[in-house]
Amino acid sequence: MSLLLDGLAVDISGRRIVSGIDLAVADREFAGLVGPNGSGKSTILKAIYRVHRPSAGRVLLDGTDLLALRPRKAARRIAVVAQESTSEFDFSVREMVMIGRTPHKGSFDRDTAADHSLVDQAIERVGCEELAYRSFNTLSGGEKQLILIARALAQGADHLILDEPTNHLDIHHQVEILELVAGLGVTVLAALHDLSLAALFCRTIHVLRAGRIVSSGPPGAVLTPETIRHAYGADVLVIEHPDTGTPHLIPRRVQPATRPGTQPPTSGQPPAQPDTP
Amino acid sequence: MRRRERVPLAIVLMACAVLLVVTMTLGVAIGSVPISPATVWDVVAGGLAGHPENSVAGIIVWQIRLPRVLLAAVVGASLTTAGSVVQVLVRNALADPFLLGVSSGASVGATAVLLLGAFASLGVWAISVGSVLGALAAMAAVFLVSRSGSGLAPTQLILCGVVLSALFESVTSFLIFRGNPQATQSVLFWLLGSFGLASWDQLPIPAAALAAAMVYLLAQGRALNALAMGAEPAASLGVDVRQMRRNLFVVTSLMAGVAVAVSGIIGFVGLVVPHIVRLMVGSDHRRVLPTGVLFGAAFMVLGDLLARTIVAPQEMPVGVITAFIGAPTLIVLIRRRPYLYGATQ
Repeated sequence: MSLLLDGLAVDISGRRIVSGIDLAVADREFAGLVGPNGSGKSTILKAIYRVHRPSAGRVLLDGTDLLALRPRKAARRIAVVAQESTSEFDFSVREMVMIGRTPHKGSFDRDTAADHSLVDQAIERVGCEELAYRSFNTLSGGEKQLILIARALAQGADHLILDEPTNHLDIHHQVEILELVAGLGVTVLAALHDLSLAALFCRTIHVLRAGRIVSSGPPGAVLTPETIRHAYGADVLVIEHPDTGTPHLIPRRVQPATRPGTQPPTSGQPPAQPDTP
Repeated sequence: MRRRERVPLAIVLMACAVLLVVTMTLGVAIGSVPISPATVWDVVAGGLAGHPENSVAGIIVWQIRLPRVLLAAVVGASLTTAGSVVQVLVRNALADPFLLGVSSGASVGATAVLLLGAFASLGVWAISVGSVLGALAAMAAVFLVSRSGSGLAPTQLILCGVVLSALFESVTSFLIFRGNPQATQSVLFWLLGSFGLASWDQLPIPAAALAAAMVYLLAQGRALNALAMGAEPAASLGVDVRQMRRNLFVVTSLMAGVAVAVSGIIGFVGLVVPHIVRLMVGSDHRRVLPTGVLFGAAFMVLGDLLARTIVAPQEMPVGVITAFIGAPTLIVLIRRRPYLYGATQ
């Protein structure tokens, strides 16, 4: 197992946010972390990249305790792309990607020719050569995410954490970004909001509810109407994606909706109330 | 693929060094007794060789104007560096080195010295000691109050800095209110900043503080860039954010505190010069910091030159000049290139 969370628990300001998280991501697997708002997706990811200190449990990377490593060493193994970020400071795209080299460089090390070529390769890999000298702050949301992926590539890590990287993006960029990540050949743990999109790209999906994992497995086994109702308190129809056969979720209205010329739907489950923990 | 890259750092630094040498030469040459630049350099060369001239020009240059110009340069460089770093620390481009309470704390100390005669036994050093103690106390208060479970968070730092500054300023106001009117004038003059009392023995401490801080900060250039992205991206890039923020807080506060102790509170330099520098060289701190040292020094030398020549033979507080030049410059630059606050092109 490439990335292993073993009994992870995180407290923030004395409140337990997640607990008993056991989660394994195989080598080069694309694993998804889904769950309603506030269920602890980001908290788990932030415990892995040292924003939060776990109050129990371990994070193992190929068997070594990730949190016992020095921060710089850990950052050489695991890179992060979070939601689109804004900066008060004006960095060019190349400078932004060069920041990915930070964990590899000592105090007074200069940018070498090797660093520059890694940066160029990373920008090429995400197909943004023509943006290389633009100011990062002037890019669109989708372009910014591509550049942050390039920065993660320049970081040279073989593990990638994504924290809702496609929020606020249009459908083209959502697919483009996940397709790109899936083609990188690295181990990925991604918190995702769009369940159908998660089903399309993830080999394994872990469903969180109120800080605990309630279901893990391949998308077809996990994304069932029952699990969704249990985790989200939402009523959905699940159909098969015609291309891939992966589950595709269709939301249902809480109030029976009528269409002109049709009868109000009478079959199906009564709308479930959101069950709060 | 290398086209349209930024101007090489060496060229920027050369240009700024030339600017600094020119402004310093002018700063020493111009005054109530004009001295030619050639004489200035003769005297400086003689002084550096260990035998200063005893002519009138020699004494004016070596004893009076040169230490003043050098002190202005060191303070300008310190405030610029502290400002650039504080802006990263609180992730706010409107921050200046006095945001974290240093200046208001120093004011209390200096005002207590000038009005109540505190530390009178220390003679000419009394104001410096008073302001350093005040700055340190304010710094410690802001540090302790804004500390939370996740370390020094930007918003808490800004809020605590602003609130505690207001508190210290009211203490200063109270002291002024209780003090006698004549002493009040010297307090006001000190509060607006001046290099009028510069002497050689004031130089070593600020210069050493600046040098030590620069060595540390240049070593942290990449980490500063990562921290400019925010605490979480910085953590994911292998930066120990808590420790880094603590160190930056102490380094910048000490630099600003020492600068205030020798020159009073010279506003706006620490805010405006980092902006000008970022517009020139971008935001990579390995470029911003060295450029800022040279450019900030030149800016302050020029400000001090104007402060003592515009209304000669009287002398204006240099803080008036720096704000007067700085504010319009910044507005022009920002309007020409809206790079902040989510402005898009």
